[in-house]
Amino acid sequence: MAGSGMGHMRVGADAVLEARNVVVEFKSGGGRKVHAVSNVSFDVLRGETLAIVGESGCGKTTLGKAVLQVPPPTSGEIVFEGRDLTRLGKDELREARTAIQMIFQDPISSLDPRMTVKDLVAEPLWIWRRGDEAARAARVNELLENVGLDPKLVLDRRSYEFSGGQCQRISIARSLALEPRMLICDEPVSALDVSIQAQILNLLQDMKDRFGLTMIFISHDLAVVKAVSNRIMVMYLGKVCEVGTPDAIYARPAHHYTAALINSVPAPDPTRTRTAIPLWGEPPSPLAPPSGCRFRTRCPAATELCTQEEPQLREVRPDQFVACHHPRA
Amino acid sequence: MLSLRDISIAFDTPQGSLQAVRNVDLEVPSGESVGVVGESGSGKTVLCRGAMGLLTTSSVHRSGSIVFDGQDLSVAPRDVVREQFGTGMSMIFQDPMTALNPVRRIGAQVSEALRVRLGMAKADAMARSAELLRLVRIPDPTEMLRKFPHQLSGGMRQRVMIAMAIACRPKLLFADEPTTALDVTVQAQILELLRDLRRELGMSMVLITHDLGVVAGNTDRVAVMYAGEVVEQAPTRALFARMRMPYTEALLNSIPKVDQPSGQRLRVIEGRLPDPINRPPGCGFADRCPYVQPKCRAEHPPLAADPDGHLYRCWFPLGGGR
Repeated sequence: MAGSGMGHMRVGADAVLEARNVVVEFKSGGGRKVHAVSNVSFDVLRGETLAIVGESGCGKTTLGKAVLQVPPPTSGEIVFEGRDLTRLGKDELREARTAIQMIFQDPISSLDPRMTVKDLVAEPLWIWRRGDEAARAARVNELLENVGLDPKLVLDRRSYEFSGGQCQRISIARSLALEPRMLICDEPVSALDVSIQAQILNLLQDMKDRFGLTMIFISHDLAVVKAVSNRIMVMYLGKVCEVGTPDAIYARPAHHYTAALINSVPAPDPTRTRTAIPLWGEPPSPLAPPSGCRFRTRCPAATELCTQEEPQLREVRPDQFVACHHPRA
Repeated sequence: MLSLRDISIAFDTPQGSLQAVRNVDLEVPSGESVGVVGESGSGKTVLCRGAMGLLTTSSVHRSGSIVFDGQDLSVAPRDVVREQFGTGMSMIFQDPMTALNPVRRIGAQVSEALRVRLGMAKADAMARSAELLRLVRIPDPTEMLRKFPHQLSGGMRQRVMIAMAIACRPKLLFADEPTTALDVTVQAQILELLRDLRRELGMSMVLITHDLGVVAGNTDRVAVMYAGEVVEQAPTRALFARMRMPYTEALLNSIPKVDQPSGQRLRVIEGRLPDPINRPPGCGFADRCPYVQPKCRAEHPPLAADPDGHLYRCWFPLGGGR
């Protein structure tokens, strides 16, 4: 997997966001570097949902945050609506960021427990001085109704009085306050119960359709991703393994890592015969990633070539790209 | 192995008595794995902690009988119940990040039970701890003994938790959401490990989870809990082949599945659990049930049984009957 390359970028399409050769490295002790994201490129078209999938530590959250320049990538370009965010000055960047909002994993701890719901949702509006007091109050009510909360019941309460699912609704209302064009959702449902999970996923889908949003959906759960995305990018240890449409990737995963991820999802069907454990061990340290293909240390198909040469993303089937020397048939 | 009869557990709260578990019967036969499934707040964790005798403060009221290995623990004094911890039954807790003590080395934590419960000498306990870590497939176990929890990944910490739980060879293991905080690949590894250990050590297991996918491949029997009650219970295969309770079906439908076409709206269970302090008189699922009838809101359904022993708590079960 260690894939680099730009083969999967869609030239001439209406891309809202194009990330090119993004590298994020963090300094560590002893002059070493954590290679969190290594030379990743991707594009997201208008109205599309791109899912970024991988295990903990694969760099998916770091990549999502790099889009927002928190922190800015070590190198590479993040072009949002034609402007490279990495080259903007402080004030320009602040302004540009109002168009891209992020929803975080833990809905309870990402809301300030001392603020009322009214203030939480109105805060972005004060900061950007949108409208007067009355207009802001009306907008807060509208936002809360959009996400299925009754303003009369929730306005003066604080986040700790709500369940995880309700907190996530408040976060979504808050993120929509400034009418963003792009939403980055970082594991928005992994802390929620299955029954609540479906409600929040449907809500995100509704908001996307209603406000014409473009989405990046970061998750480790392949079943969730399949339900919500138009395009999937599988990451491993800071590199891209495979990119394509969900139907193509789930039907015929070309990368051995993608196949292992899909096989790991427990099926709610006791008659299904259990396949052998698809993947053993844990990813190596991003302080010293393996040479060549970064997945080779756990890959069933690894050869000498994988040690020496890093595979580049290439098209195996229409609109399915894989970075592997020995892709699955 | 374990037989729970008519267990009810209530907590005193400022708003009144909260009935977390109501009249639950559950059998865990020797060597079998029983799944307890339900949403947050359904009472599954409280049931298992109560069965283990871990809820002992004065604000908790428990009734019913708990017969473990031929001994009625519900009437036994506290120190007799304690005798069973570790050697009789033990528990893997949900969150491997917080369940380990952050300022003690792994070796000290794993060997503690061996020294306290089995009276082993320190050196022997350490040697045995290394063996246990090897048993849970931790590479380089002697090195691991000297580490602190923060140096370990979530999957490794959960392996350490399992090593601690099986240290004294329990006959019954309660696993409370053992894989919820983990990646899918690590989840698959941990579930496989639990299956192997159960076979190698001949343990019974109670697997608590909200994920019907986890239950399907890892249990012999399933009890579905809703609002403190068991609402359906059957052998795992029978349950998935023929669900009788609308709630179980709704729970299954709300799970996103990898073999469903993409871009479809997910089916949700609308509404929420009933207020546990002021319960409605009828079925607790009535307000959320797509098949609700007037009788459901008026009368509480008792547990009914099919001829094959499939239990359900519904006036109008799926597939007819009653």
